[in-house]
Amino acid sequence: MKKKKSAVLLFLTFLASLSFAQAKKPIHHSTAVAASMARGKVVYTNICLACHMADGNGVPTMNPPIVNTDYVLGDKPRLIKIVLNGFKEDVQINGQTFSNNMSPHSDLTDRQIADVLTYVRKSFGNKAGGVMALEVKNVRALNNVK
Amino acid sequence: MKIKKLFVLLLPALAVFGLIVFNACKDANKPANSDNAGLTLEPGFSAVAVAEKLGSARHLVITPENDIYVHLANPVHGKGILVLHIDGDKTTLKTSFADYGGTGIAIKNGYLYASNNTEVFRYKLNAQEEVIDPDHPERIVKGLLSRRMHEPKAICLDNDGNIYVNIGAYSNICSDYDPNKTGCPILDSAAGIWQFKVDKPDQTYGDGVHYGWGLRNVVGLAWNQQDNQLFVMQHGRDALHDLFPNLYTVHQSAELPAECMFAIKKGDNAGWPYVYYDWMQQKNMLGPEYGGDGKKGADPKYINPVAAYPGHYAPDGLMFYTGSQFPEKYKNGAFIAFHGSWNRAPEPQAGYCVVFQPFKNGMPDGKWEVFAGNFPGSLAQTSPNAAEHRPCGLAQGPDGSLYVSDDQRGTIYKITYNK
Repeated sequence: MKKKKSAVLLFLTFLASLSFAQAKKPIHHSTAVAASMARGKVVYTNICLACHMADGNGVPTMNPPIVNTDYVLGDKPRLIKIVLNGFKEDVQINGQTFSNNMSPHSDLTDRQIADVLTYVRKSFGNKAGGVMALEVKNVRALNNVK
Repeated sequence: MKIKKLFVLLLPALAVFGLIVFNACKDANKPANSDNAGLTLEPGFSAVAVAEKLGSARHLVITPENDIYVHLANPVHGKGILVLHIDGDKTTLKTSFADYGGTGIAIKNGYLYASNNTEVFRYKLNAQEEVIDPDHPERIVKGLLSRRMHEPKAICLDNDGNIYVNIGAYSNICSDYDPNKTGCPILDSAAGIWQFKVDKPDQTYGDGVHYGWGLRNVVGLAWNQQDNQLFVMQHGRDALHDLFPNLYTVHQSAELPAECMFAIKKGDNAGWPYVYYDWMQQKNMLGPEYGGDGKKGADPKYINPVAAYPGHYAPDGLMFYTGSQFPEKYKNGAFIAFHGSWNRAPEPQAGYCVVFQPFKNGMPDGKWEVFAGNFPGSLAQTSPNAAEHRPCGLAQGPDGSLYVSDDQRGTIYKITYNK
């Protein structure tokens, strides 16, 4: 019994040292983005898809598309603020007006927001840079001061 | 012998010839427009597109002179109401007027009524039911709330000089306005049906009667002549699973709450945002925002629907059929135009059809059935973006044909019964 416990302990220490070693190694950039995208897709499916749809095209007159629009592809702090604060005004995209309110999602973690925005900025035909958790953290800090 | 041999040799050719003749007969039996304008219909019915590419064609009415008045959500060339004359299976644009878009349109006792998102107007008609002075309508209602959600003011009239106007809730479930759940404060001026006089100018909230309460949003409403009562179709709330993932599965959230048909008497309260109807349990439920758990029933002071339909189908048109062209079972029953869902994702979207609800003695009697389907064009296109057409308004022609408007591509369908 004791032997078994110490063996498990030893194995766990080994695992911990392994991950420590891994953390020290430089993570390949594309792998990190792919991981963020994968996590972001989960957030998107659970939180965003119901309104913005599986293809990101939204719903006519109600929920805006998140494809090929400056709101998504442009200024990152503005985009991060939309997730944190929601969106409660009419928005014109490609000549159409969309008017449904978006709820604030400040309950999501910095990393969840970074992940979902990285996913959105690189999916549905969008090709923009990813978002880092640190960027979300900075915007959130300023956002909270107001 | 020789003849017999020849016959045997010719047999395949004869068979092919026979098949061709047989098929030709079958084709001849079909109506000229055999594709029914892309719709699927009950046997015996056929459809043609009598107008196309009109714009965002919302509600419509048809005069005894075969003129269609159709209201566009967004004016085209500055005109929000089009007048089309029906000539068999075709229409011609007669005129257009009104510098505002909108949904509501109705005709009663020599007047055409039409609404935008904050006002209701009426236009006097001549003996041919043509608008006499399209540029100078009387404004009978003004100052209604329109706050970027559920803005259209759908209308209908009774037989006693009243007009009923929907004022939709500018919120899904009032959370923004009732954070502490002490009572939704927007119910005094929205989420209901208001009754106004047809002939008084510039009425507003204080002049009208708050007739029906706790109705989230109504686009399809109609006066039932059999029992002299208002019937409305409510668009039910969204996002049960998104807001309460521990209480509702993704599937329950797609199917619930029911889209409800209510028979409304003055003062009735349908219970939004406190209550929703579960068509699977056939029960009025306490909403999860106000202590419900998917099992607790609603306070019985809130009325029950008289019929219920699957979640998020978005009923945008309601019409009682009073014609005699269709078979007897349709007489005095209700047609409902379901615009089609967006809030059933990740499950497939649904609705996008015209439903028939049988009635008996002025009340729903029996199960609803899909009367006309395939408006989107295919199953794969059954979504708000990909759908080619979305049914919205319903009207009955003087010959008893059913007309359906589509606000996606601006088509008007005429559906007839071929005896």
